[in-house]
Amino acid sequence: MKVGIVRFPGSNCDEDAYHAVVDHLGAEAVFCWHKEHDLQGADLVILPGGFSYGDYLRPGAIARFSPIMREVVAHAERGAPVLAICNGFQIACEAGLLPGALLRNANLRFVCEQVHLRVESIATRFTSRYHINEVITVPVAHGDGRYTADADTLARLEGEGRVVFRYVDARGHVTDAANPNASQRNIAGIVNAAGNVLGMMPHPERAVDTLLGSADGLPLLHSLADSLMGGVAA
Amino acid sequence: MTRFRVAIQIVPRRGLLDPQGKAVSDALHSLGFETVGNVRVGRHLVLDTDASSADDARDAARRMCEQLLANPVTEDFHIATVEQA
Repeated sequence: MKVGIVRFPGSNCDEDAYHAVVDHLGAEAVFCWHKEHDLQGADLVILPGGFSYGDYLRPGAIARFSPIMREVVAHAERGAPVLAICNGFQIACEAGLLPGALLRNANLRFVCEQVHLRVESIATRFTSRYHINEVITVPVAHGDGRYTADADTLARLEGEGRVVFRYVDARGHVTDAANPNASQRNIAGIVNAAGNVLGMMPHPERAVDTLLGSADGLPLLHSLADSLMGGVAA
Repeated sequence: MTRFRVAIQIVPRRGLLDPQGKAVSDALHSLGFETVGNVRVGRHLVLDTDASSADDARDAARRMCEQLLANPVTEDFHIATVEQA
């Protein structure tokens, strides 16, 4: 399995993703500069966190037009997996790979803390190694993470089981207090209709080592590796 | 072709939570401006563009808003003015 990590000007979680993939998952990873048109044969594309283009205009609004995004969209349309984390999630929404938008946190603060997530679906190629309703600990670090979509979109996401992660308290209950940004329905991560693009505000790549607080992000990478090596469809 | 200066307003869609607008509203209330109701905080863009007429400049600005300047999921835009630059 080869992982392509896209680097935009202002990406700052690219090295974290590389570390997680290479040192903890044991897979091969390459960096793909945003001005290139080559994903270098990557099986999995990661759109990492950061502040691409300084969040000018809106987070992700400019990065969406980077040359490499044409290849990322084509990769996704082929059904190949894309993991879009934090700013990557914002970019994926702007690019139309995922529905909805990420708005300024309701408390207007940059939140940087460990949060609890409930795994809402294990029927995805990103989450097969988790248990359903498992509560995991993963950090968030963002100022614009309030997931927002219209009522029809929310109903479709819920009805099709495409809400993959939800912000919960330590006991797994959906509460306002556990919601770091006031996302609608405590949504922390969703997949597209085909199930091959996951967008999430929390950082699984920063939760790969108990020494740093949590290794709960590692099963996500292992799930992806399983699906790619086993040829399991989304 | 003539150069036009287009002013564009982009604001969070009505009905969506606008925490910046809420914070500004609260601050105005605490300053004694109790008459202030809903506040929405958005962006104001001024751009120069060449076009054959003011209407063409306005149409171009609208397309720019739809494709990049405003997020169709969460924001509304308004072409405020189109003037010869």
